[in-house]
Amino acid sequence: MTYSADEMMTVAAARALRDGMTCFVGIGLPSAAANLARATHAPSLVLIYESGTLGAKPDRLPLSIGDGMLAETADAVVSVPEVFNYWLQPGRIDVGFLGAAQIDKFGNINTTVVGGDYRNPKVRLPGAGGAPEIAASCREVIVVIRQSHRSFVERADFITSVGYGSGPGDRERLGLTGAGPKKIITDLGVLEPDPDTLEFTMTGLYPGVSAAAAKERTGWDLAIAADPRIIAAPTPAELGALRAFRGEQGDKE
Amino acid sequence: MAEIVSLAEAVEGAIHDGDAVAMEGFTHLIPFAAGHEVIRQRRRDLTLIRMTPDLIYDQLIGAGCASKLIFSWGGNPGVGSLHRFRDAVENAWPVPLEIEEHSHAGMANRYVAGASGLPFAVLRGYRGTGLETLNGAVGTTPTIKPITCPFTGETLTAVSALRPDVAVVHAQRADRSGNVQLWGITGVQKEAVLASRRAVVTVEEIVDELDPRPGAVVLPSWTVTYVAQAPDGARPSYALGYSVRDNDYYVGWDAIARDRDAFTRWLDEQVYAMPVTTGSAVRS
Repeated sequence: MTYSADEMMTVAAARALRDGMTCFVGIGLPSAAANLARATHAPSLVLIYESGTLGAKPDRLPLSIGDGMLAETADAVVSVPEVFNYWLQPGRIDVGFLGAAQIDKFGNINTTVVGGDYRNPKVRLPGAGGAPEIAASCREVIVVIRQSHRSFVERADFITSVGYGSGPGDRERLGLTGAGPKKIITDLGVLEPDPDTLEFTMTGLYPGVSAAAAKERTGWDLAIAADPRIIAAPTPAELGALRAFRGEQGDKE
Repeated sequence: MAEIVSLAEAVEGAIHDGDAVAMEGFTHLIPFAAGHEVIRQRRRDLTLIRMTPDLIYDQLIGAGCASKLIFSWGGNPGVGSLHRFRDAVENAWPVPLEIEEHSHAGMANRYVAGASGLPFAVLRGYRGTGLETLNGAVGTTPTIKPITCPFTGETLTAVSALRPDVAVVHAQRADRSGNVQLWGITGVQKEAVLASRRAVVTVEEIVDELDPRPGAVVLPSWTVTYVAQAPDGARPSYALGYSVRDNDYYVGWDAIARDRDAFTRWLDEQVYAMPVTTGSAVRS
């Protein structure tokens, strides 16, 4: 069965979620992956959207974090101040599942401005949304983002959401209660922080992806694990579930 | 007590040039009909406050109604950019737009502080982000400052309260006394209404009696200035139980908003030429 790089990425991201976890879900790629996980190996995954829908069980991919089916299928619907203050802030949520426009080698996320300076940006992005506090307070964070020279940078142009800041000790110094980003899942493979330096290292590659290709599509001097894991291709069941969600017949980039 | 009036009268009475206006509704119950009436009445120099500017503020910004935007996420959900917002920030079109930027948690807490009659709210947030160092050092962003807990000594973040001149929200229904009931995703509407000096509520329908609904938010009549009936007044957002989100409109908006001429045509045809409370479309 042929599959696209985006499908491989979504499947790999879905596999990173364990059944029974509570997951704060960002819209876009993370939402697709979280819903795929719930449809396959993690039926008891608890999806929490910033619209205040706790335990949503959509049967197709929502376009926004506030689609009606999220409210109609949720275990509870709470206000927006409540979802952030009572549910996210105390560290009740296992994993924050985020997208990004730009990410740096310490997992800091930029979704605010690219190029120029803040008041005179080359590109104005949507901004923070729920991400800064999701990145700070979930027990751990997984980021899903396509890998390119432009999106994988030495230092983010603007730090919207903190990963490991400038390196070891920064999260503790800032009083961030969650453990920070544990995985970056891309369309080439998976990166994990080096246990000593916390710099993101390529630890897994998809079938057919070379270490050289991963280095070429990274804006910093990317370290590759000595023996990178080759991640299994999507199974027909995974692809079937993903495509059923999307209402798609074939590959689509 | 809320006065039940037409939407045109509500906007005319409650929203004036230069006002700080919070039109809330988190994806659900976005008060589009009221937003379009503000455009038709050609309000200027507004400070627009909203967690997610969404299409409603893209339209108001593109129409030249705003001089400042206070927000936390300015995208077209699931689609991409808000092009009128970007054009205003990047190119000052049609007029310059000052921005005051927060996270969702920060904005939600700023409304809570406003509704609570407090000057600020406290949260674990912003630490280490560019948002708290926009002017250099930590503590120089006027609405975001570190604060020391008087009990534990821990450093937390204080955000200043939002006190809009007027809140505008859409709800499923009101009774003839102007008591308002809304349900589904209720966002920050209660906080926005209670934080504001005046409040305009548009509703799908006005009924003789509000039968209780589990999980519903009720805004008593005495917290609301004007109630106006605006059936389908949230489109292309939605009112749970009355309509579904018009996702095609959100997708179709991208091409219109990308182009100044296409946007200007849309504004003429779908807003200025339309009678009050008629919903807009992205295709004619």
